[in-house]
Amino acid sequence: MIVRLRTTKIGKIRFASHRDIAKVWERSLRRAEIPLVYSEGFHPRPKISFGLALPTGAESECEYLDFHLDDKKYENSKIVAIPEVLTTILPEGIEITGMVKMQNKYVSLQQSVTSTTWEIEVEENKEFVDEWVDHVLSSEELIIKRTRKGKEVVDDIRPYIREISVGQGDLNRSTLQAELKTQPRSLRPSEFLASAQPNLTMARLRRLKQFIDTGDNEIGPLELGERLNSDQELCPS
Amino acid sequence: MSSVWETLEKFLDNVEKPARYIGLEHGAQRPPHLESNISWLLTYPDVYEVGLPNQGLQILYEILNESPIAEAERAYAPWVDLERIMRSELIPLFSVDTHRPASEFDVIAFNLSSELVYTNLINCIDLAGVPIKSSERTEEHPLIGAGGHCVYNPEPLANIVDFFALGDGEEVITDITKVMHEFKSLESNSQDRRDLLHQLSKIEGVYVPSMYEATYNNEGVQVLEPLFDDVPKLIEKRTIVDLEDWPYPKEQLVPITEVVHDRLNVEVFRGCTRGCRFCQAGMITRPVRERPDQQVRTMLQAGLKRTGYDEAALTSLSTADYSGIREVVEETVADPVNCGQVSISLPSLRVDAFTVDIAASIQNARRTGLTFAPEAGTWRLRQVINKLITEEDLYGAVESAFSQGWKRMKLYFLIGLPTETDEDTLGIARLAANCVKIGKRYTNAASVTVSVGGFVPKPFTPFQWFGQNTVEELDRKVWLLKDEVKKTKGIKLKWHDPKATLVEGVLSRGDRRLGDVLQAVWSSGGVFQEWSEHFNLDLWMSGLEEYGLSHEWFAYRHRDAAEPLPWDHLDAGLYKDFLWQEWRDALEEKGLEDCRWIPCYDCGACTGYGLDHIVASTSPPVGGSQGTWQDLENGNFAPQLLQINSKAK
Repeated sequence: MIVRLRTTKIGKIRFASHRDIAKVWERSLRRAEIPLVYSEGFHPRPKISFGLALPTGAESECEYLDFHLDDKKYENSKIVAIPEVLTTILPEGIEITGMVKMQNKYVSLQQSVTSTTWEIEVEENKEFVDEWVDHVLSSEELIIKRTRKGKEVVDDIRPYIREISVGQGDLNRSTLQAELKTQPRSLRPSEFLASAQPNLTMARLRRLKQFIDTGDNEIGPLELGERLNSDQELCPS
Repeated sequence: MSSVWETLEKFLDNVEKPARYIGLEHGAQRPPHLESNISWLLTYPDVYEVGLPNQGLQILYEILNESPIAEAERAYAPWVDLERIMRSELIPLFSVDTHRPASEFDVIAFNLSSELVYTNLINCIDLAGVPIKSSERTEEHPLIGAGGHCVYNPEPLANIVDFFALGDGEEVITDITKVMHEFKSLESNSQDRRDLLHQLSKIEGVYVPSMYEATYNNEGVQVLEPLFDDVPKLIEKRTIVDLEDWPYPKEQLVPITEVVHDRLNVEVFRGCTRGCRFCQAGMITRPVRERPDQQVRTMLQAGLKRTGYDEAALTSLSTADYSGIREVVEETVADPVNCGQVSISLPSLRVDAFTVDIAASIQNARRTGLTFAPEAGTWRLRQVINKLITEEDLYGAVESAFSQGWKRMKLYFLIGLPTETDEDTLGIARLAANCVKIGKRYTNAASVTVSVGGFVPKPFTPFQWFGQNTVEELDRKVWLLKDEVKKTKGIKLKWHDPKATLVEGVLSRGDRRLGDVLQAVWSSGGVFQEWSEHFNLDLWMSGLEEYGLSHEWFAYRHRDAAEPLPWDHLDAGLYKDFLWQEWRDALEEKGLEDCRWIPCYDCGACTGYGLDHIVASTSPPVGGSQGTWQDLENGNFAPQLLQINSKAK
């Protein structure tokens, strides 16, 4: 059975890298004695797959991961307790906020997520940022240069920007909320801030939501799954 | 201020590997910061990845936090990028547990496992906002303590560190805490720091350098005299009698980010009597004390469950010598609880086929590389250093490994050993070439990495009187080897920088006058000297010159039996006569057997502690003459008393 979890990554733990967190999960699942299905071959690895990497230092309210539970070795009654059990084992700042069982037609998180919403605190004041955003949204194209496989490529990132709103932050700073597309590639918040002159300076970053565009509407990754228990608290975003 | 976190976190986006500084390990504690408690900041003076796994600090961390009158947190040396920020933003050294500033602790205690970290220790004290010289510190400052293998010659740090703890730390840490607690609760104004240090100096195993005066004779040799009658003339190391009483760490820390030795570590025995004459660890940690196999099993089982690790290491100075090693390993691997997902590593392999067989029984599938340490290139030189491995032992081990699927071998050697000739040095290349030849019979991919380190004579070893090879001589030997290994395809040569070997040698047998040199090196930016990209010999040379000291005098000079040694006021449990006799025997190429399986030759380690070696098996290990240098046919009849004597002391 494939189980999908949604978790937070808030506080000190935000400085752990994506790779660090992957190891933390492997050990935590073993500590919780949750039996996993292992890959075949010479180096059997537990089947766990993670969603889009979060930059080290960023916080998140909506990280996702999928793992293959060996349900033959695990009672049904224990499955619903997984979020609670794991939250006590995981490091402070990682809390499980949702769990579903995935359907047979399984598409990985990396492939299926189409956009994410970021909250970006920037050093500049609101007036300045409002103007910057107006400029970005009214631009037909936004060309950035980046290096890919050692070569410099030129990219128009305007199509990746879906929505932006600006709010007042602390200490003369402001807060941007931006929905950025993750397909065909993931636009990074740092690239977004560098999309127009002058570039904005990031002070703090938090991922708020991840979406899957089904063609008709946008849904959260948990909505593709099936609840394991009707009592299960499950915010559908 | 009791936490630097709020300031620190603003800058962590700008440093490499910020997870080094966040704590949050599984098993980490958050002590209550009670004013009446004695608070320890256990500090490893190197980066987090190297320091976190240190078992010594983890053991003390638990023992202190279990005590009703103590609390302990941990700190590590910040990497250079964060240090720059800490200095410009006035962030002091902090604990990773609660991010409490270092200066708020009662003691900052360092683990010293290499001489090259001494300047990091100074840097940590300075970052804590504490004066570097002990004489400049007052009641408002924490005490600075140190333990670990390097404190068997603490003199280079004698003017910087307030007290050193010699030997096993499990018991002495509580003794020190008690004295400090009593002192703190007196709350009297007349209590000065010197009184406290005086009291600490009376604890067995504690050396307080400021209670001794150093004088120098005409030859410039240091001699120490106690300043008070009630300060011991000779400070004996502490030894715990029975490892079974100390099943620590019970809650090994599981880090968030990758560290070295990232696995469950269970110490199976302490001490080693193989008797390798270059090996300080084997000399100063005697006698051998095995942990009962039942306790090893429990610690493995409970530890794997608690940590979620899928790898465990059985640690000691020579794990294949542990009685019942095979059973413990096989049972753990086969334990259904572990679902076949757990692998065991043996960090210190003995050079023989038996050992490889144990490794083969556990490392199913992960046969990437095996490491052996023959240490010297010829049988003659191996007799000098008492590493009694025959060539047949090595080839047997290598053959066994290649035939069971391993493709890469790593061989460790020392160069610059006493009596070494070019024939011995070239013997290294010859052994490696023969190993490659054996490997090629099994796989075309067979390769051998030869790793050579320059030999540094250490205190409390039979080689403590030996003048080490010069940088030029070591360089020449490295070149000799480089040319020789080129002739065989499949050998890769790695070597330790001979310049770093020189600095290690100066500090390893240096005296109090080096404190100023250390401070000079540190103040000209010489930190992280154990990292080759930061090591800078020029800083050391100009530091020595500034204080009129000679690296040649400290490192290259042979000592004679009459010369007082800077560590003569310390007692590592070994008779000086025994060490001297071993030095003479070494020069005569005479080996000495392992006393676990032959009658006692009275090195001094057991006498006085009221114990004998604690070994579960009366017979020497199977398979190979290696290390024991005895007739194995008669091995089972080796007479040996194998229990703790009534505490005769």
